[in-house]
This record gives sequence, C-alpha cells and structure tokens, in this order.
Amino acid sequence: MAELTAKLDVRSYTGFKAVTLLCLIILYAPLLVVTIYSFNASNSIASWDGFSLRWYVNVFTGPESTKFKLAAWNSFVIAIIAATVSTSIATLAATGMIRAGKFKLHMLSFGLISLPLMVPEIVTAVATLIFFNAIGFDRGLTTIILAHIAFCIPFAYLPIAARMQGIDDTVEQAALDLYATRKQVFTRILLPLMTPGIVSGFLLAFIVSLDDFIITNFVKGAGVETLPTAIFGAVKQGIKPNIMAISTLLLSVSVIMVTISYLVSKTDKTT
Amino acid sequence: MATSAPGGKAAVSNTYQKARTWLLLPSWLVLGSLSLIPVILMLVYSFLTKEFRGGVIWDFSLSAYDQFFFDRGLFGDEPPTIDWTYISIFWRSFWQAGVATLLSLAIGFPTAYFIATRPVRTRAIWVFLITIPYWVNLLIRTVSMKFLLRDQGPLNEALIAIGLIDSPLQIVNTNLAVQLGLFYSYLPFMVLPIYAAVERYDFSLSEAAADLYASKWVTLRRILLPVVKPGVIAGCILVFVPSLGSFLAPDLLGGAKNYMIGSLIEEQFKGNAGNWPFGAAASMILLTIVLIILIVFAQQQSRHEQARV
Repeated sequence: MAELTAKLDVRSYTGFKAVTLLCLIILYAPLLVVTIYSFNASNSIASWDGFSLRWYVNVFTGPESTKFKLAAWNSFVIAIIAATVSTSIATLAATGMIRAGKFKLHMLSFGLISLPLMVPEIVTAVATLIFFNAIGFDRGLTTIILAHIAFCIPFAYLPIAARMQGIDDTVEQAALDLYATRKQVFTRILLPLMTPGIVSGFLLAFIVSLDDFIITNFVKGAGVETLPTAIFGAVKQGIKPNIMAISTLLLSVSVIMVTISYLVSKTDKTT
Repeated sequence: MATSAPGGKAAVSNTYQKARTWLLLPSWLVLGSLSLIPVILMLVYSFLTKEFRGGVIWDFSLSAYDQFFFDRGLFGDEPPTIDWTYISIFWRSFWQAGVATLLSLAIGFPTAYFIATRPVRTRAIWVFLITIPYWVNLLIRTVSMKFLLRDQGPLNEALIAIGLIDSPLQIVNTNLAVQLGLFYSYLPFMVLPIYAAVERYDFSLSEAAADLYASKWVTLRRILLPVVKPGVIAGCILVFVPSLGSFLAPDLLGGAKNYMIGSLIEEQFKGNAGNWPFGAAASMILLTIVLIILIVFAQQQSRHEQARV
C-alpha cells in the first residue's frame, strides 16, 4: 500500500531528499568544523588536544588583541553608520517609488538603486577607489563609510519596498480624509506599518557592511583595518587557532542577526 | 536582481506625489555620485596613461586595451600578435565559474525541488536553513573551506580513517579547490530562485502527464523543467556572475597558479607596482561581459513572461 501511494505521488523523486541532506551538510560542515576547532586546546590547528576556551581568552587579551579589538570597533562603527544612513535613504526612496504615483524616471531610478547589485564587487571596488583618487579624497575611515552606504542601499531597499507594496493605501486615504497631514500619515501610519521591513532592511545592510572585504580593502587608508581585512591579513600567514575563535564569534553574530530578521519577518502578516 | 521591479503591478498609490523629488533625491545623489559616476570615471581612466607609482597621467592612451589583447615584443616595436596571457586568465575564470555553476545546479536543483514540495508550514524553515550560511562572512566561509580541505585537514583525515585513501589528497592550490570554494560561496543563490519557480508550478500538469503514462523522469524533463526554466537560469546567473569576478576563493584556495580575473584586477591597484589604466580596462571588460549576460537574461525572462500570458 505504501509502495502504491509512493508510485502515485508524482511529486516526489527518489534521491532528492538525500541530495537535500547532502546540500545542508556541505553548507554547514565547514562552519561546524571551524567552530569545533576554535575550542581546541592545542597550539596548532593540526591536532585536537581537548576542549578549551584559551583561544577566546587569547582573542580578548592576547598579543594581537589590540589590533583585532580596534578592527572590530571600526567594523562595528562603519556597519552602524552605513546601515542607518542607507536604511533612511532606502525608506525615503521606497516611499518615492511606491507611494508617489507613476513617473517617467521610475525604471531609471530602480536601475540606479539596484546598480550596486548588478556591478561585480571587484568592479565597484576599482571604480570607487578611482573616484576617491580623482577627487583627491584621502583614503581612511570616511571613504570606507561612504562606499558602504552606497552598496548597502539596495539591500535595505528590497525588504522595505516589498513590505510597502503589501500595505494597502486605503488606510492612508482614510487618514487623509480625516484631515491628517501627509507628514502625520507618514510618521503615524506608514512608518509603524513598515517597521518589519525597515528592521530587516537595516539588519541586512548591517550584515552586508560587516561582511564586506573586497571594497573595503580597496578604499581603506593605510593602517585602517576592519575585521575582515585584519582577518585576511592574518590568514595570509596561515590559519591560526585565534583566527578560528574570531571567525566563530563573527559567525555567531551573523547567525543571530539573520535569525532576528527571520523572526521579525514571521510576525509580518501581510506577506 | 531576482526580484521584480517594485511598483510594477500593485495599484498605484500617489499619496506622496508632490514630495517625490525630495524623497528620491538622497538616493539619486548618493548612488549617482558613489556608484554611477565612479563607473564612468573608471571608463575614462582605462583610456589614460599609467603613472609608475600607481595612479594615472591625464594623457589619452589606448595602451591599456592594447596590452590586454596584443603582444608587441619586449620593446613594443614588433608587429602586434595576439597576446593570450590575459585572455587565458579570463578564459580560466569562465571555466572555473562554469564548473562551480554546474556543481551548484547538480546539488541545488534537487534541494530546491525537495523544499518546494514540503508542506507549506515547513518550507520557510528549510529556506531559512539554506540562507543562513549565505549571511555568514564570505571570508570566513572561504577560510573554513580551506581549513576543511587542506592536506592535514579534517576531510583528508576522515577519508584516510575510513580507508578510502592512503595518503592525503592535495586539494588546496588546485583548480578543484577554487571550484569547490566558488560552489560553496554561492550555492544558496542557486537554490532560492529554483525554489521560487517550483513553488509556483502547477502540479496538476505533472499529474496529467502521469495519467498519460509518462514516466516520472520524462515528466520532470519535458513538463516541469520547461516551466521552471527561468528560475533555473536565474540561479545559474546568480552563481556564475559573482564567481566570474570573485577574488577570495581563487586567492585563498587557488594559490599563484590558479589566477582569476579578480586577482588580476586586484594586483593592479594594491601596492605600488600596479597599472591603474590596465586594471580599469580589465574591470571594464569584466563589467561589459556581466552586463551582456544580464541583458540577455532580462530579455529572455520577459519573453518567457509574454509566452505565459
């Protein structure tokens, strides 16, 4: 009987489940291995000497800790500023694109907003470096922040725009009919309804900024490091156990933020 | 990229019509000055003369493109012959990105299909599981891959322990390592668009085919695949395009022999020995190739949409 229903079910294919499990193993195995080895007591990455937190202690107090703490601080400041500014710009842009009627430059504006997604990262890196060079802007923390704001905009825009499209404009119309000003409608009706989209947009922009290596590496000034550029520099000399601890910490931050973003979007009833 | 243009089909709301310009102005200014103008400047720089300490001299020159395609001998006075050095780096990048795309398709298609045929409630969780690794720092994922694949790494140890091999396989610093690294970096991009396409697929078509005695594999190939083709192509592009210009996987996993476009470009700008116009020209060539791929794809998608209506 079970065999018969399996035969009748046109949807399932034998082996697809196994491939899916393989896919998950491939996706998670390297991350799990690094996480496990970050708790290794050994001085070398080659052998397992038992569980220990010594590399985490090393990250915060060891000889390289000043360098990595400064890099982490830079990464965090850049990500907060870039995510805040790009989310604000994206929120205004989404209102202009979706709540302001049809207009001629609609496609062009959308093309401009998605430009950073279409241009390969390494090309954006080269172009931005050339731009700062041409206008004589000294490379440093500011150049990194400006570059990050630009490429974070589409990541913030997409969830915000998706959310805004799900909101029926009858609510706004009703408020306007009751003599609310457009400003009041925006702050008291539109913004609260948009919150889930804005939160996921902000979190995605934050992670994308935190993750960036290539563009940062091009536009950063000498001596200015973010966590990814500092890790890259260290890895070039070989993978050391403290790098695994830092990686695990950074990995946890990403996973936690994506999970928050997921839970926030789950409360979103419109989609 | 994979999303349709917001504002397309939904009822047009015009609450903020009067403020439109002010609402859009910040994005126009920021992206215009930090995305669009830089690309135009890059085009200009690719036609300038190189400065030996990095940077450019503002004299028009075609030497960057000339250097890319032609060999004029050691002193530049011989008749030009085609120089394959840089063309072959581009060719290798295409090959590496292509293999990574096929690998992703082989794993990604069954996965996407499996997820799309789960009960509605559990689908979101499966999709979530597939997306998490994408949000983990690409550098960390690439380093993890290197750690896993290295000669004395866990993969080799496991293979020796189960007796499949006697001595460690050398994977790092080979083409295979780069392909695996790219595959690993962009695999979620393959799964998501295919998943979206299969989820919209009307399974009564497959049932009709089964009623007419089509075997399951024939149904998959002749009925399902043509319908979900745009999703498959979207997935392939989302893996292929970033792989083509990637820097981290070839740099960390490939070593010096397995040079790709990304490393070639990077080398022109980092350090003092670089050639900025040449780097700008190589970036322009890469950008042109990518834009052609995206335009062809967009046209195909719209043709497919029209065919469905």
